[in-house]
Order: sequence, then C-alpha cells, then structure tokens
Amino acid sequence: MITTTGLTKVYRSRGREVTALDGVDLHVREGEVYGVIGQSGAGKSSLIRCVNLLEKPTAGTVTVDGVDLTALAGRGQRAGRELREARSRIGMVFQHFNLLSSRTVQDNVELPLEILGKSGRERSRKALELLDLVGLADKAKSYPSQLSGGQKQRVGIARALAGDPKVLLSDEATSALDPETTRSILELLRDLNRQLGLTVLLITHEMDVVKTICDSAALMEHGRIVESGTVDELLATPGSELAAALFPVSGEASGDERTVVDVTFHGEAATQPVISQLSRTYNIDISILGAAMDTVAGRQVGRMRIELPGAFEENVVPIGFLREQGLQVEVAGHDGEAAPRLAESAPQLVKEGVK
Amino acid sequence: MTWSEMQPLLEQACWDTLYMVGWSTLIAVVGGLPLGVLLVLTDRGGLLQNTVVNKVIGQIVNIARSMPFIILMVALMSFTRWITGTTIGVEAAIVPLAIGAIPFFARLVETAVREVDHGLVEAVQAMGGNTWTVVRKVLIPESLPSLISSATTTIVVLIGYSAMAGTVGAGGLGDIAVRYGYQRFETGMMWITVGVLAVVISAIQFAGDLAARSLARRGRGSTVPKLRLLRTPAPAAVEPTKAS
Ligand SMILES: Nc1ncnc2c1ncn2[C@@H]1O[C@H](COP(=O)(O)OP(=O)(O)OP(=O)(O)O)[C@@H](O)[C@H]1O
Ligand SMILES: [Mg+2]
Repeated sequence: MITTTGLTKVYRSRGREVTALDGVDLHVREGEVYGVIGQSGAGKSSLIRCVNLLEKPTAGTVTVDGVDLTALAGRGQRAGRELREARSRIGMVFQHFNLLSSRTVQDNVELPLEILGKSGRERSRKALELLDLVGLADKAKSYPSQLSGGQKQRVGIARALAGDPKVLLSDEATSALDPETTRSILELLRDLNRQLGLTVLLITHEMDVVKTICDSAALMEHGRIVESGTVDELLATPGSELAAALFPVSGEASGDERTVVDVTFHGEAATQPVISQLSRTYNIDISILGAAMDTVAGRQVGRMRIELPGAFEENVVPIGFLREQGLQVEVAGHDGEAAPRLAESAPQLVKEGVK
Repeated sequence: MTWSEMQPLLEQACWDTLYMVGWSTLIAVVGGLPLGVLLVLTDRGGLLQNTVVNKVIGQIVNIARSMPFIILMVALMSFTRWITGTTIGVEAAIVPLAIGAIPFFARLVETAVREVDHGLVEAVQAMGGNTWTVVRKVLIPESLPSLISSATTTIVVLIGYSAMAGTVGAGGLGDIAVRYGYQRFETGMMWITVGVLAVVISAIQFAGDLAARSLARRGRGSTVPKLRLLRTPAPAAVEPTKAS
C-alpha cells in the first residue's frame, strides 16, 4: 500500500546539511497497522512527511496505493493538482491536532470536503456521520477549545477520514495525551483499521503503542531503518532489538560460571511445562531470574530469563533440548551480540514502562 | 460663537471626517491585506517563497511607512489631481490617506498572519489544499481577531492623519479645529472638536476591541454573560487548554 525505495531527505539550511533520511525502504501492506519507532531525531517525522510529500524527498520514490507520488511532485516547490488530489486520498493526524480554532468541530471535519468541492448538504451529512463514528456526535457545534485533548484528536481523526482515504498517516497522534486517553485513541484507530480496512502508518516513540495496535513495526536510527517486519517475525528473530524492547525481561546472573538464557514462548509452547521437564531430564537446578507474559499484536507471548549452573559449554545439551521444544532461546554472551545490545536499547526505547 | 452656530459646522465636519476615514480605511484594507499576506507567503520558508518579490514589497512598504504624512500628501499631489481632478477637498484627501495607510496596515497584517500556527497550514496542505485555500481557510480566518485589531489601529491613525489633511483644506474635524480654534481664537470650538475626536476614537477603539475579543473567545466565552465580558479587562486570548 505504501512503498518507499531509497528514500533520502537532506535538509540544507545556511550551508549546513542534515541527513534526516538515508535510503529508507519501507513496505506497508494493505490493511495493516505499521508502526515506526525510534528516538528523537531518528527521522520518523521526516519519513511520514515524505510519504505525502509535505516534505519533498531529496532522492528515492514514494508509492501510495499504486501511485508514484514522487513522479507527481514536479520540480517546483508548490504542489501541483495531481499531487494535491493524491494527498486528499491520504488522511493525516497530528500530534498537536491542528484543528482550526475559528471553526466548529463539524466545520473542521467539513474542511477537507470543502477542498474536494462537495456540496453543503453532502458535507454536513458526511461530517456528522464521521463524528458519530468517532463518538463525538454531540460535539458537532462546539469549538475545539471546548474539547479535551482526546476529543480533539478524535476530531482530527474524523477530519482525516473525510476524504475516504485508504491510508492514514499518524505522527505521534497520542504523544500529547495521557495513558488512558492514548489507549482509547489507539482502540479507535484499531477499530477503524478493522472496520474500514484502513492502512495505518504511525510514528511513535512509545513501545506501548506498537505493542497495542501494530501488526508490523520498524525501528529507525539515524535516518535508517535498522529492523523491520511483522511483530511475530520480530519476536521470533534472535537478537531483535525491537523484540527485546517490546518485551523486556531483566535479571542478573547470580555469579560467574553460570549461563543465562532467555526463553521466548509463543502461543501453545507456553502451556507446556518445559522448564520442569528440563530440570528433571538433566537433573539440574534452574533459577528463574525474570519472567513476563503479555499480549503482543493480539497474541499471548511469554518470556523468561533463566539461569543454569555452569558455563555455556557445559549447557549445550540442555539448551539444545529447549530449542527442540520449539522455543526461541537466546544465550547471554553468545548468539552474536544479542544480549548486551538488548540491555542497552531496552531502557531507551521503552518510555512508559512495560509491565 | 454660539452653539447654534457651531452645531452645523461640527456636524458637517464629523461627516467629512467619517467619509474620509471610511473610504481610506476601506482602500487600505483592500490594498494592505493582500500585501501583508504576500509578505508572509513570499518570505523564506513561505508557501510562495520568493526573495526578490519579498524584498521589493518590503522595501516599498518601509519607505512609504517612514515618510511623514504631510510630505506624502505633498509628494502625491499630482497623482491626487490625476485621480480626483483636484488637490483640495474631502475626496482629494482620501488619496494620500489611503496610500499612507496601505503599507501601515500591510505590516500589521503581516504580523498577524505570521502568528498563525504553521501546523494548521500543513494540515490543509495534507488535505490537498492549495495556497489559495490556505490563505482563505486558514490564514485569514485564524488571524481574524488580530486583523480586526489591526484595522482598528489603522482607523485611529487615519483619524489623526485626516486632521492633518484637514489643515490643508480637506475639511473635517481637524480643519475646523485649526480654522476656528487656532486661527480665530475660538477656544470653545477647539475644545469641543477635541472632545468629539476623543469620543469618536474611543468609540471606535472600544468597538474594535470588543469585536476582536469576542471572535478570539469563540467557543470559550459561551458561558460568560455578555456584561461581564464588557467589564473584565481583556483576558489572555489563549487560555491553556486542559488535556483530558
Ligand atoms: N525543516 C528542517 N530543517 C532542518 N533540519 C530538520 C528539519 N526537520 C527535521 N530536521 C532534522 O532532521 C532530523 C530528523 O528529524 P525528525 O523530525 O524527522 O525526527 P523525529 O524522529 O521525528 O524526532 P522526534 O521524535 O523528536 O519527533 C533531525 O536531526 C532534525 O534536526
Ligand atoms: Mg517527530
């Protein structure tokens, strides 16, 4: 639905150059909720603004719903008619809502329809329908200043849907909201995604957002996508920073000559008493350093950090047993540089602590 | 001079002043509004970024603004004659008044329009709006309270200018203040004129403030009774909005 290839954005101001995007290849499939996460300055906003060409890419292409937007952009800085038409079919919601204070809620939602040249009656019918959809039918005649943050964002979402878009772009739509309101807005986006088959590309710096509604996710660092995939794939990828941040477990080894192992359970494996089997079969004492169970992308996932006595070399067989059981196993200090990176990135990425 | 002698003179002078100021304000708004908006649009980072146009307009506005009104009036004489066929009288005064007020108002418009949150402009662009849509649906409506304040300021300044124009034969309140008060030592007439000017200016300022404030408070003051709105000093136009 959204594809970018080699997307590059260089900002030039007074001789200084900032490379905000450095060859980003993004692929968002139709009907999915795709989250892009990364630290401040990673280039997330630049990416989403390049998708509807609010920001003109320095190089690379953007295709939305089969239309190559970069080809429509032309050379000048002003958007031509074709590009504007394409934009009207892409909804966008903003962190600070960006509602016109001079207009009522209903008139705000009607604005895109005015731009599309719809008749007065059609506009108000559509606007009221959308306000009903976002649960604000009774606020049609209010002004934005009379609404709470969550209500304002609902208006922003209703407005973004006015042009019947297939794609919704969201730049930190919940970052100005408290956790509870965030949850209700995310639920709304999830519902819209399911009911209308809306493809959603959202930018966030909160892992919780990705965990709650995303089907796929990408991690951005310094203008590049360093990891991406469906949430399932990511969780199944050894050493995935995103997976670790989505689902961190902690716990320190109790001494030298111990092997620390992270075990991830998906779906059915979670129900089998693997740990006690392991203990009985090999007659070893296992300490559980940390464990967590959570729902990620609507699926039960469990993660556990266990400690086996003895160095890694002595535990090759029991670890092999765990792998045979279909579990995802990562050994601290082995399996590449997975473990230290995990420990480093998790606290940075996870702002609102994951329970 | 008795009141019955003064009254028709004053009445005529009032009408002359309102006529001059009214027309020149209208022309100043019609000319200054697009100019002010253009100054913002052509500025660096603006929707129609164009350094040359921006610099040229900016310079013209600066020169016109820095010129004392009396000099402008004299400098424009032949232009005024070409437009109105004369250089004296109420109609003739409108030309320099309007031309003096256009750049003045344009600068105020520029400041007001610059205050509009860029996020709103971006939102409309993301909907597929073009520059004209942005101007019509965002820049003007969102800055309307400030624009009304700017127009009020312009009117008040124009009343002052019109008194100056009056001294060179344009009629109006300034004219009779000088002719009767200064040249014929009719101090009573002069003070009455001054009083009338003060009342007119206060009334316009009050009406302008009220209009601007009630627009800025759209959606905020609906529970506040009108009377309180009149008495309380202007509250900050933007109250911090609570997140839910
Ligand atoms: N208009 C601009 N002009 C110059 N540099 C810019 C501009 N916009 C962004 N940048 C720079 O590009 C880089 C990426 O910015 P961007 O806004 O995309 O980051 P972000 O990931 O959205 O960060 P945040 O989480 O803080 O919103 C930053 O270094 C920023 O300073
Ligand atoms: Mg950002």
